[in-house]
Amino acid sequence: MKKSNTYIFLYASVMVVIVATVLSLVSTWLGPFQERNIEVAKKTDILKSVEKAERVREVDDRHSYIYEEYEKYIVETYVINHKGEIQDDIEAFDVDMRDEMRKPLEERNLPVFVSLINDDSYKYIIPMHGRGLWGPVFGYVALNDDFNTIYGIILDHESETPGLGAEISTSGFQERFKGKRLFDEDSEFISVKILAPSDSPVEGHSVDGISGGTMTTNGVEDMMYDVLSSYEDYFRERRKEQ
Amino acid sequence: MSQTEQQEKEPLFSFRNVKLLTTPLDDENPITVLVLGICSALAVTVMLQPAVVLTISVICVMGLANVIVSLLRNTIPSRIRIIVQLVVIASLVILVDQILKAFLYDVSRQLSVFVGLIITNCIIMGRLEAFALSNKVWPSFLDGVGNAAGYGIILVIVAFIRELFGSGTVYGYPVMERLGVYELGYEDNGFMILPPMALITVGVIIWVQRARNRKLIESSPS
Repeated sequence: MKKSNTYIFLYASVMVVIVATVLSLVSTWLGPFQERNIEVAKKTDILKSVEKAERVREVDDRHSYIYEEYEKYIVETYVINHKGEIQDDIEAFDVDMRDEMRKPLEERNLPVFVSLINDDSYKYIIPMHGRGLWGPVFGYVALNDDFNTIYGIILDHESETPGLGAEISTSGFQERFKGKRLFDEDSEFISVKILAPSDSPVEGHSVDGISGGTMTTNGVEDMMYDVLSSYEDYFRERRKEQ
Repeated sequence: MSQTEQQEKEPLFSFRNVKLLTTPLDDENPITVLVLGICSALAVTVMLQPAVVLTISVICVMGLANVIVSLLRNTIPSRIRIIVQLVVIASLVILVDQILKAFLYDVSRQLSVFVGLIITNCIIMGRLEAFALSNKVWPSFLDGVGNAAGYGIILVIVAFIRELFGSGTVYGYPVMERLGVYELGYEDNGFMILPPMALITVGVIIWVQRARNRKLIESSPS
């Protein structure tokens, strides 16, 4: 139907105002729920990297279960700089690794989550963030108290191809990292290599890749190298103490 | 006017209304007959679960979008109708996304970008243009749900086939492993996971559908 220009402008303005109001109301209303979900998901990922929170799929009240487990197993958190000096005024849980990895090495705040499991072994959990093929990849890697051997790893992604790159978030792939080492015998920092079919394996430092997911696993490999090399000085310091 | 009065007296699930719901499932299926919405049919059909959640989301968005546009149909200025339709669809999709993030966080993490991609689904826009803009609310709702379901059915069938033969699982359950076919030398077909196989699978579905449903075969020009 034919309408005047005034009508069209009015119509568009009113529509935009209504839509904006509705969307911002919904966003304000749902905001706290979403933030809680994000917090719980982050805590779940941290716990999963040391193989805790394993009943998260079974429990009815997932949120309080995760809060409990987190209280129980994460005994200390702190933030260091690239030299390994502790930064007092920053809360490790609030540090967003995505922002930190964009800064130059000297300015990065590097969180460490210390976990005590089975009452006798400390694990050091490092958050990671990097780029996959289509979007961000991220995760947590837990190191033994030798600051060298990987105890566990949890990886996730935003938009990798299902069935190919997205397979990095499966336990089958993550299992392969267990027991791999970051430093070689000469104390050289190597990180972990993820192999494509043409690569030759490096004893103790390489895991098999995913067929069809090479671009994503390259992203994971780069992420691990970039993040863990920022902690290199700290790891060396702690290794000397032993 | 007499026709609208007649429609008002129609029972909710009259023959004609039920037809609105069922024809998009077969005779006028958006994917296999109208060939709309192919893009997402290729993108989200590697695994069954994202396909199912996306189907549910599309049904919600499309039913509601059709209702809203149908309610507004006499006020929408025709010169900006496409923009109005887009705003309606985009707002609904954002709502769905926000709700998933608040209450079904795990699913929302799995679907990630696909929820946002509902906005670009041509079927939704197509039905708003072709149906909701010129029909009453209830038939529009049925038409929206019917078309979304027709889209979803193909999505789920394709996802089922691709997940079963590509990854050996159904809804994440390792069917092929339980059947023990791997010991007999069976291997998952990695090709099924790649986008071209979705196209071929859709093609095979079209073939099967046309073999069954003679109405769909165009008469050859004489």
